[in-house]
Amino acid sequence: MARPSNFPPPFSSSDYVAEPTDPADERIEVGILIVGGGPAGLACAIRLGQLLEEHPDVAERLGEVPVAVLEKGKQPGSHLVSGAVVDPRALRRLFGNRLRMDELPTFGPVTGESVYVLTRRAALPIPPPPPMRNHGNWIFSLSQLGSFLAERAEEGGAMILPETTAQKLLVSHGRVVGARTGDKGRGREGGELGNFEAGSDVVAKVTVLAEGTQGHLTGVALDRFSLHGEDPQVWELAVKEVWKVEKPLDRVIHTMGWPLRTGKRYREFGGSFIYPMGKDMVTIGLVVGLDYRDASLSVHDLLQELKTHPKIRRILAGGERVEWGAKTIPSGGFHSLPQRLHAPGLLLCGDGVGMVNVPRLKGIHYAIESGRLAAEAAFRALQRGETPATALSSYDDAVRDSFIWRELHEVRNMRQVFGRGFIVGGALASAMTVSKGRVELGKMRAEPDADQPLLVTDRDASYPAPDGKLTFDKLSSVFASGNKTRDDQPNHIKIERRVPREVARLWEHMCPAQVYEIGAEDGDGTVLLEVAASNCVQCGAITAKGGRLTPPEGGSGPEYTLT
Amino acid sequence: MAALVFLEQHGGELQKGSLGVLAKAASLGDGDVAAVIAGEGARALAAEAGKFGAAKVWTCESAEVAQPLPQPRVDVLAQVVEEGGYDTVLFANSVLAADVAAGLAARLDAGLNWDLADIELQDGELVGKRPALQDSVYAAVGWSGTPRLALFRAGSFDATPAGGGEPEVAEVSPAYREHSTAVKLVGQDAAESSGPSIEDADIIVAGGRGLGSPDNFTLAEELAKALGGAVGATRAVVDAGWYPYSAQIGQTGKTVSPKLYVALGISGAIQHKVGMQSSGTIVAINKDANAPIFEFSDLGVVGDVHAIVPKLTELIRARRA
Amino acid sequence: MRIAVCVKHVPEGPSRIDPSTKRLDRSGEGSLNHFDANAVEEALRIKGESGTEVVVVSLGPQKALDSLRKALAMGADRAVLVFDDAAEGSDLVVTSRVLATALEREEPDLVLFGQQASDADGAVLWAAVAERLGRPVISQAMELSVEGGSARVKRQTEFGYDTLEAPLPAVVAVSDAINEPRYPSLKGIMGAKKKPQEILSLADLGIAEGDAGEAGSRTTVLALGDPPARGDARKIEDDGNAAQAIVDFLAEKRLV
Repeated sequence: MARPSNFPPPFSSSDYVAEPTDPADERIEVGILIVGGGPAGLACAIRLGQLLEEHPDVAERLGEVPVAVLEKGKQPGSHLVSGAVVDPRALRRLFGNRLRMDELPTFGPVTGESVYVLTRRAALPIPPPPPMRNHGNWIFSLSQLGSFLAERAEEGGAMILPETTAQKLLVSHGRVVGARTGDKGRGREGGELGNFEAGSDVVAKVTVLAEGTQGHLTGVALDRFSLHGEDPQVWELAVKEVWKVEKPLDRVIHTMGWPLRTGKRYREFGGSFIYPMGKDMVTIGLVVGLDYRDASLSVHDLLQELKTHPKIRRILAGGERVEWGAKTIPSGGFHSLPQRLHAPGLLLCGDGVGMVNVPRLKGIHYAIESGRLAAEAAFRALQRGETPATALSSYDDAVRDSFIWRELHEVRNMRQVFGRGFIVGGALASAMTVSKGRVELGKMRAEPDADQPLLVTDRDASYPAPDGKLTFDKLSSVFASGNKTRDDQPNHIKIERRVPREVARLWEHMCPAQVYEIGAEDGDGTVLLEVAASNCVQCGAITAKGGRLTPPEGGSGPEYTLT
Repeated sequence: MAALVFLEQHGGELQKGSLGVLAKAASLGDGDVAAVIAGEGARALAAEAGKFGAAKVWTCESAEVAQPLPQPRVDVLAQVVEEGGYDTVLFANSVLAADVAAGLAARLDAGLNWDLADIELQDGELVGKRPALQDSVYAAVGWSGTPRLALFRAGSFDATPAGGGEPEVAEVSPAYREHSTAVKLVGQDAAESSGPSIEDADIIVAGGRGLGSPDNFTLAEELAKALGGAVGATRAVVDAGWYPYSAQIGQTGKTVSPKLYVALGISGAIQHKVGMQSSGTIVAINKDANAPIFEFSDLGVVGDVHAIVPKLTELIRARRA
Repeated sequence: MRIAVCVKHVPEGPSRIDPSTKRLDRSGEGSLNHFDANAVEEALRIKGESGTEVVVVSLGPQKALDSLRKALAMGADRAVLVFDDAAEGSDLVVTSRVLATALEREEPDLVLFGQQASDADGAVLWAAVAERLGRPVISQAMELSVEGGSARVKRQTEFGYDTLEAPLPAVVAVSDAINEPRYPSLKGIMGAKKKPQEILSLADLGIAEGDAGEAGSRTTVLALGDPPARGDARKIEDDGNAAQAIVDFLAEKRLV
């Protein structure tokens, strides 16, 4: 059976590495450049603001713009999607006693939780397995948190530049010296439109990549500096909705089982989450590992199916969907982390390098902590005026000494374990957590998601027909993400367009935003893949499953507010 | 209610939209309704205004209103409102009327509700109805104090003669403010013969993927020509290169609200819907009976565009001949 | 020469009406009304490399500074925001009064507006402001040039194209066909923060609180509801006579 990885995309990392080309007086100079306005990048900016306030002498050396944050979304928060139940320890460290938890835009602490194993009709409660217990954690909309953190970062002196992508990594004499921003105003064929505006070289003393899952320059940097970890990275795709509801939900809920199939040959690893957002809103999402094999599997449609479960229907009864979003989550864990988190002039943070604890479904606190530690490492290097190449290694040391490393190590084989099927996997996973990782199963190597051989079933026959009230089609969901991407721009998705039918089918079902469609057939069993790039919500699934996502024009994509 | 309706004239004819507003005002049956006509030949048009319900017509033919410019008309209306003691002034939307209404609102410090689709008297109070938020909600709006100014969406009311008699005619010659007469019309060109642009067209025929191939866009073009309308396209066909982006209707294209929108082979995804949902009448032809477009069209035809449209075009041509 | 451009900060994302105030919910993110970007662009084109000053003026919440900064990033020189809690819920009568007062302070030679506001779909503000300023107004400009103390405009109406001239100072509202707004350059975005941004209260303009906001407005929103159903929607299957059925339907509606 075909594998998507047999049809690699026309993409080469080296196309995205360059020396600065703008004349010296046109380059934009900043002190520290942070790529990505999410929790990692903004935590870095906030911490830098604190340090520079305490040390104005260092601030002076960084010029007019000591800290700049590039954000490709319309504004910080526009591209942030998560559950989210957040472990507050990193936020507490970041803000010290400057802010209390209730001063953050939170929906409050977790007040109860349940875990269910679902069948088509029933919901069997099971005691929350240890990794899933959420006492002491707080509920947030990550999009709102991003917006809030951006304001704090600006107050601390950072300059946030929204609608700006980082297209190329600027490398000179083996050192990262900044990033080149993307062009704006190109037409579909790549030509310059009337209001064409070329990107700029932004040069900095230290560059921090905090781009989140499938970070574009992060991927390029891992290749360029040969930083890949022992295991290839793997991902899960999460699709979620935010609903206004009549009955308040009083607990966080996680489910496993239906509608995912438990047989080993399907490799359907995942589950759902349902979190209250205050008294009148609820968020519901489904997370599925992208190592699944069935070309007919559609996470978006499985989410729609999930909502028809009697227990879920009751939660959503009388309600109204107000937002929808999708994003991938790196799930390779400890063994997929890069060998080093720094290179000359460069620091790597957060989801971009896979700092996610899959069994606990947590990564935001690692992102924030890594951003904070990156700020301290960058600051130290600049303070001492050392050549950043050596000084930045203190970042790796700091991360290894932190709870990020400790926790990821504890659950290091969890994900791979589920490759053995749900029942076996579940038992093994619990055993690992309870023993704090001391149960050694022998190292199991993760395989890249795109290497999974495909099978084709009629799974799609049971997806519910959208009724526009409880269940929705993909296009109206893309609309509900706030996506209004300009159509007349180059296609930002690199992908092989002539592929066997089942590969095209895989991508067609996989993409939650209906970007891919099976087009005309060729005589030899292949089909032409049609790509509606302006639907793309930049979830990153395609990169996991055989294509390559690159950033479209700045400002494109979803405009999340509540996800 | 002492109502005054602004009647617009062009090329020696009273505009249907404003006559419709006049007929509506008269039908409210709350006192006599007056009208005002400004421009060359206004007096000659007074009788027709009477047929549509005006009991009194104010006319102004001074040189200052010879050109179709809004500001001198603000002076005319302000004078008429004062002389006639009107508490309500109604307009049918047009490029000219909107500017007159807004200028008058500022002149008189009077409330102006625009984009109205309807109006009624509720317990003696005048209540306007207007769509908002891309037609997803309907608001009831009111006024505090007088006069009350109301600007109606084009084509809100049919111009049906109310069977009125000869109206009383009065001439008005206001003092014009200096700024009112500062703008000069120095040139005029008729509309291009290549047909109306999408934004202004009263009729739009739009094609989607259901047309099957770029060649089949001629079906849409022929029908548009027969109807005297413009041609639109969905994002899907523009993406596929079948038609230029300038014709794209939808969330990331143009938003239109013609009197008639004919959708050929268009499924009706929400990205397209938000660009045309406030069209007056929507006719959709699609061979998929479950296409979402049928949920918001006035006439839905489940069938093959290739079979239906050529015949439809022929019948329209025959009618118009 | 000084050109003033009136801009509005409008809500982003799916629009929601606050059922308690029956006004548009402006609490979320917002951005520069994209029609106003055409007006800013036109002002910048007229300015070119000359010493003409382009000042952007807005009445809105504190967050409107974001939209004003976008205009500054495009190349405008200065921003003035009238922000006052008492101005919330202002209708056309009040808004035009406040803007006109703010504009008079600037003594502009030319005042530009965009085609409409994407939130209230109003296409009326400029005529009201021009009346209060006592200046000539031309709307729907698709071409604009300024020479020898006059503005020359080509505009499109229902009947064709008019060419009009008005002596400065004048007010012109541009249509979205007039230009394609530029993207701010990164340098522009970064430089915007340093450009002068003034915030004025109603008191600074000499406007009493009672003359502003809902108190000073002359229109009200009484109620919100669902739009009326589209009337009798008909759905038929083609049995060979669909074309005739369509013609009959259109004739009934007097559309042919």
